Amino acid sequence: MKYAFSCSGRGRLAFLLFFLASGAFAQGWDMRPGVTEISQDLRALHHMSLWICIIVGAIVFGAMFYTIIAHRRSKNPVPATWHHSTKVEIIWTIIPTLIVIGMVIPATKTLIEIEDNSDADLTILVTGSQWKWHYQYLEAGFGFFSNLSTPTEQINNIEPKGEHYLLEVDNPLVIPANLKVRFLTSSDDVIHSWWVPDFAVKQDALPGFINEAWARVPVPGTYRGQCTELCGMNHAYMPVVVDVIPEDEFQEWIDDQRIALEAQGEAAIAARSRDWSMEELMPIGEDVYLSNCATCHQPDGSGQGITYPAMTGSAIVNGPIEAHISTVLNGVAGTEMQAWGPQLSDLEIAAVITYERNSLGNETGEVIQPLTIFNSR
Amino acid sequence: MIAHADNIPSGRHPLVKFILRWLLTTNHKEIGTLYLSFSFLLFFIGGAFALTFRAELAQPGLQFMGADFYNQMVTLHGLVMVFGAVMPAFVGLANYMIPLQIGASDMALPRLNNFSFWIMPFAFGLLLSSLFMPGGAPDFGWTLYAPLSTTYGPPSTDFLILGGQLMGISSILGAINIIVTIFNLRAPGMTLMKMPMFVWTWLITAFLLIMAMPVLAGVVTMMLTDRHFGTSFFEASGGGDPLIFQHVFWFFGHPEVYIMILPGFGIASQIIPTFARKPLFGYASMVYATAAIAGLSFVVWGHHMFATGMPLATELWFMYATMLIAVPTGVKVFNWVATMWDGSMTFETPMLFALGFVVMFTIGGFSGLMLAVAPVDFQYHDTFFVVAHIHYVLYPGAIFATMAAVYYWIPKWTGNMYDERLGKIHFWTAVVALNLTFFPMHFVGLGGMPRRIADYALPFTGLNTFATAGAFLLGVTQVLFLYIIIKTVRGGPKATDQVWEGAEGLEWTLPSPLPLHTFETPPKVD
Repeated sequence: MKYAFSCSGRGRLAFLLFFLASGAFAQGWDMRPGVTEISQDLRALHHMSLWICIIVGAIVFGAMFYTIIAHRRSKNPVPATWHHSTKVEIIWTIIPTLIVIGMVIPATKTLIEIEDNSDADLTILVTGSQWKWHYQYLEAGFGFFSNLSTPTEQINNIEPKGEHYLLEVDNPLVIPANLKVRFLTSSDDVIHSWWVPDFAVKQDALPGFINEAWARVPVPGTYRGQCTELCGMNHAYMPVVVDVIPEDEFQEWIDDQRIALEAQGEAAIAARSRDWSMEELMPIGEDVYLSNCATCHQPDGSGQGITYPAMTGSAIVNGPIEAHISTVLNGVAGTEMQAWGPQLSDLEIAAVITYERNSLGNETGEVIQPLTIFNSR
Repeated sequence: MIAHADNIPSGRHPLVKFILRWLLTTNHKEIGTLYLSFSFLLFFIGGAFALTFRAELAQPGLQFMGADFYNQMVTLHGLVMVFGAVMPAFVGLANYMIPLQIGASDMALPRLNNFSFWIMPFAFGLLLSSLFMPGGAPDFGWTLYAPLSTTYGPPSTDFLILGGQLMGISSILGAINIIVTIFNLRAPGMTLMKMPMFVWTWLITAFLLIMAMPVLAGVVTMMLTDRHFGTSFFEASGGGDPLIFQHVFWFFGHPEVYIMILPGFGIASQIIPTFARKPLFGYASMVYATAAIAGLSFVVWGHHMFATGMPLATELWFMYATMLIAVPTGVKVFNWVATMWDGSMTFETPMLFALGFVVMFTIGGFSGLMLAVAPVDFQYHDTFFVVAHIHYVLYPGAIFATMAAVYYWIPKWTGNMYDERLGKIHFWTAVVALNLTFFPMHFVGLGGMPRRIADYALPFTGLNTFATAGAFLLGVTQVLFLYIIIKTVRGGPKATDQVWEGAEGLEWTLPSPLPLHTFETPPKVD
């Protein structure tokens, strides 16, 4: 930036043009073709309406620039006096009407296809919450949260940004190729919108209501998108990543998930069967804090005004343990403090509460055990 | 009944007299001046908000502000520009010009006129004071979607709600005044179908205001009761529906878009014939097209909501109705080109701005037509493509039209010609800067960048840097506009009464500068 404003006028222009060109090459000039049949149909419709606009624009602007040159006062000192022609006016009312009718016929056809949510092979409930996605495999009966995995150091320009900056998550959604996957969208708090450009699926996730959309993805691969409805502070940090795997590997993946879930259950039992020391809990708590709490309450616990209260010196953090546990487990109604109970394990919650009560400027000396959390649920 | 400088008792301090004169004025020219100055001030405030978040968007990562402050800037930019800059500018022009164009001595309800202006500083004082409150300013976008604005809104949201209600009262009173004036105070012989196009478009706009603004007032009041009085209009857990908010908001919001553009159509329809030295082509069809656009504007609101899970039949209706708007809008553009055809054109600054309006508004119209295609809207919706569209419609639309009007009528208002060379520099730098700013947004949107995000993925960097550079240049050009206006008010070559060789209409029969009172006896129109 400093360079841009220190060079000469011509240099500055060259610099700007360089940015325009590099930007265009980095992302392309056009709508992404995507991989599904629908996304390609939409791109074809986009091109149709774009070309209609370009042709109409060329005619209208062409006539306008011709008259600007040909009928300026030095060329045409005596203006004409005519000021209406019913015939011409009827013609240029009818022609746009016909163009519009021509456009809506293919558009209606595609829209009917998009809205046909019947006969799905697999249904996934996509629930938005501030600011993460939860994916629930309804037939298989399990689910998980999907959080942004870009480190805050990259967002705050301390570290160089990775290739998939802001478009990477810890647990991507996994779906099989070639099958019709139905996405039900809903929300735990405000309105979010689940968008994968390459599938041409964009569906708002409304609290208390369920919407549906579907995709049949022929090509395995990793597809990235974002939340597209302003959902509060971290709206920019709510990516969607979908791994499409071959159909025959999908059942295997589901089985692996089941085994992992069982292992998690056993680990939870092991965790609450023994006492943990402060030295063990603090580093776990710090990790949990930084990846879940720090975006609002800040890494140093200083908070952001009254909406995101400070941890340092907080009455809840330094008060009775029960109230602190309840706040973390159940959230605070009517605020952006969400219920972390369903999202984190007993150990993680015990660790983060221990961390909050013995760091960030607080010094209660208390150690909270996973068993306490288990009993508070 | 008219309180102005003469009526205020002498012997007071000059500053007190000055304040009382502007506070108590019921003169349409003075109130018009107040409206225009107020909107210009808010135009700069809203612009400063835009430059603040554009600076943040110059590079990926967070450099200057937190994501929450970014959202506050985006929200206030939208609210201030829509309600504080564009609408009062058009109301100011209406106050100033409608009585002059229909041969009336003033607005029909002068005290109401004073009242509707003086509500505005309080409405925006409330809104802008939210910036300094704990929890910050409203941060949920100018569309105020529930439940982000209700359950999750900061405490200052109540100030926004109250400000919005005040602003609604002001607009409704202003609209009533305009309708009453046009229906009752036209000079003898000025039939409806002889009215200048600016008066016609404003008459239709005033009806839109009366129908749309109470809906806005209603929806913000529902927000207030949801926030504080235990109702659940928008709260699913209480039996409500967050989509009710969107339906009601856009039932106001779509006519609002036309409230912000129809007076611009009127301005272009006055300026183009003047500088083409040829009468407006298809006057009657222009009137009918304006009325058709206004009527359709009430049945298309759902096109803002294609991604919310509407049933197929509803989506089809909103797609068809929306695309139909292209027809009357097309008629207007064709008529302007036909007006120019075989004319004898010169290109003074007002004409340049009017032509810039026609060309770039048409580009915004094209992207609007593309957005109306419901299936493809799933890809465009809530991306920067929409940001590009709305700014092509509003910046070279509403704002260029206002600037064209100011250059066109300022010699009449002040008696001085503006600096033609500076005016042309202003136009060309503004055209270049606004295209640098907004054109790349089409591409980032198509590439998949959502709007209203404080931080973005790396492929969008180049075009965003480009747009930010354009935005700062655009900001500078408007400082030049301020300078040109101040210079013109202070002096300059004397304007004739006719001002523009090809201009027609009652306002040009009056002396330049305008005396405080005009048409005390109505002119005869044949």
